[in-house]
Amino acid sequence: MANLNMVQAINLALIQEMEKDERVLLLGEDVGANGGVFRVTEGLQKRFGEKRVVDTPLAESGIIGTAIGLAMGGLRPVPEIQFEGFLGPAYDQICSHAARMRSRTRGAFQVPLTIRVPVGGGIHAPELHSDSPEAIYAHTPGLKVVMPSSPYDAKGLLVAAIRDPDPVIFFEPKRIYRAFREEVPEDEYVLPIGKARTVCEGNELTVVSWGASVIQCMQAIEKSGKSVELIDLRTIYPFDIEAVEASVRKTGRCVVVHEAPLTAGMGGEVSARIMERCFLHLEAPVQRVAGFDTTMPYYKLELEYMPDAARIGRAIDDVMAY
Amino acid sequence: MPITTAFKTEIPRVSILDEQGNFDEKLGKGLIPDADLVKLYEAMYACRHLDGVAFRLQRSGRMGTYPQNMGQEATSLGAAYVLNKNDWLVTCYRENCGLFWRGVPMESILLHWMGDERGNAMPREHHATPIAVPIGTQMLHATGLAWAAKYRGEKQIACTFFGDGATSEGDFHEAANFAANLKIPVVFVCQNNFWAISVPGHIQCSAPTVAQRGLAYGMECLQVDGNDIFATVWAMRKAAEHARTTGTPYFIEMVTYRLGDHTTADDASRYRDKAEVEGWKAKDPLIRVRKHMERLRLWSDAKEKELAERTEKVVAEAVARAENIAAPHTADFFNAMYQELPADLAMQRDTMQTHSLGQDPGQLSSTEHLNKPAEHAHH
Repeated sequence: MANLNMVQAINLALIQEMEKDERVLLLGEDVGANGGVFRVTEGLQKRFGEKRVVDTPLAESGIIGTAIGLAMGGLRPVPEIQFEGFLGPAYDQICSHAARMRSRTRGAFQVPLTIRVPVGGGIHAPELHSDSPEAIYAHTPGLKVVMPSSPYDAKGLLVAAIRDPDPVIFFEPKRIYRAFREEVPEDEYVLPIGKARTVCEGNELTVVSWGASVIQCMQAIEKSGKSVELIDLRTIYPFDIEAVEASVRKTGRCVVVHEAPLTAGMGGEVSARIMERCFLHLEAPVQRVAGFDTTMPYYKLELEYMPDAARIGRAIDDVMAY
Repeated sequence: MPITTAFKTEIPRVSILDEQGNFDEKLGKGLIPDADLVKLYEAMYACRHLDGVAFRLQRSGRMGTYPQNMGQEATSLGAAYVLNKNDWLVTCYRENCGLFWRGVPMESILLHWMGDERGNAMPREHHATPIAVPIGTQMLHATGLAWAAKYRGEKQIACTFFGDGATSEGDFHEAANFAANLKIPVVFVCQNNFWAISVPGHIQCSAPTVAQRGLAYGMECLQVDGNDIFATVWAMRKAAEHARTTGTPYFIEMVTYRLGDHTTADDASRYRDKAEVEGWKAKDPLIRVRKHMERLRLWSDAKEKELAERTEKVVAEAVARAENIAAPHTADFFNAMYQELPADLAMQRDTMQTHSLGQDPGQLSSTEHLNKPAEHAHH
């Protein structure tokens, strides 16, 4: 066991998978000598050489497009896109090719690819460094979308992502990259994609969240004084509806929390499923606490944009009072 | 200080057998053995025949939109003839001739345009990627495939085909830049057929050659007469050897012409002069090879007649195989999404519905009478 933050836990997962499997290689902008802009790949080029940790030209579509070819050629590439705001240029390669290759070739070609992407706001970053685009990729059939909220989860989920035979977008909430440490086993463990985690149990209300918002939810729940169950989805697609359903059938009340904009966000999907599956168990309408339907503001106002413990707490109170 | 020259170069152009029948002995002698030349002609002939059949299938409602390859047969064929069987051939959609030479069955291409993904499920041993329709994205995949081979220390290279319009796309430039800077053995082949649907080449590229786009990335480059099978073979030998021995990319511009419409949904007479098309018909890649073979006494009217009969049969059989394939299953489009299907997707597959009442076993019993899963859902 080691006491690690999320950056260190991801770094350890990469080391262990690279040691275990020759086919795993890292590529991206500044991932080599510089160790990545967040230092997630620190020391890896020194350890594994320039063949396996590759500084590429500055071109996101090129990074993902060549990674697709690497994956079709039998390797397990783990490209990094520096910030979620730079996924745009790679959108076509991700959604038109990586996501569709297995389907359009009826399985003749596969793309075992893990795209690592720092995501979300809260670190006073410049424009286009703070967005939460997970719903875009969850809406694209053929991809899996993962977002851990702790160092322990990050390590186990990244191992699962790298070993997955299908393309996975692995969003790393940059706000909690170094926010806290926890015990992370050095021994290998795998957390299955598609399984949620019950962060704390309760029987009056269910909060469903993922990524850095989980931390805000924990604070809100602590202050609420109510018996609230917190479900961290961990995987955005395919998400663990069974865990959500079981919890909401028990509590009858639910608040879904995410940093991404409200409209057409994953919160809508989660609440629609709850409505379909738990209709007669609901004591109150499912509520969503989300980013606003605005452009992510520059950092002076970013904390006003993102769901915080106060906003989440108000929603909990409102649903409890319904 | 006087102004000096930072860099100076020229773009070579190669033509071996021109449309008048002039043959450059120096470059062409021994390049293609006689027996192979006959086979290459037969391959172009078969591709051309399939093209006509496919056109008529579309017109008679038996196939969807189809892009004819007519006039461009010598480009991809030259490449496929030269490449090793395990070199990757990463094409767009006007490279049927090269794919057939590789061994990709004609019905694979037909099935693709008949709206059936099974046409893309090409056996791995062909080392060919399926048809790529969005223009200009596949060059990055070729670069990745060649990179994977290099990573494993294999001597495999990749060859990728794209049109003049594709060289306007960012992905082309990213692929060229990655391959050149990361030293990846890819042969980039631009089929410059002068028209991207209705948009003429000068709107894609103002430089005097497309070939020099490769030069901009530090690649060796070459322009060839793409309607001359000798020239495409000559260029491909040079490029493949370069890629294999240096581990770096090479750029070939093959100048050719799309004799047909862009696709069966297009009418090129709206934007192209008849005279221009007629001029290019005289430069047809098949005509000059046939005349050349006749001069060498490798070919005759009788052989042509025999080939026509043989080809007609081969293509008819391919069409029959494509048309007689078992109907696809709705389960197929679910099952191919992931290696392991998420439970929710499996439920959509099994019930062929997305609304949940009656679908989800966890629903209240009072809703069980609603919308029982359809018995015929799989068919």
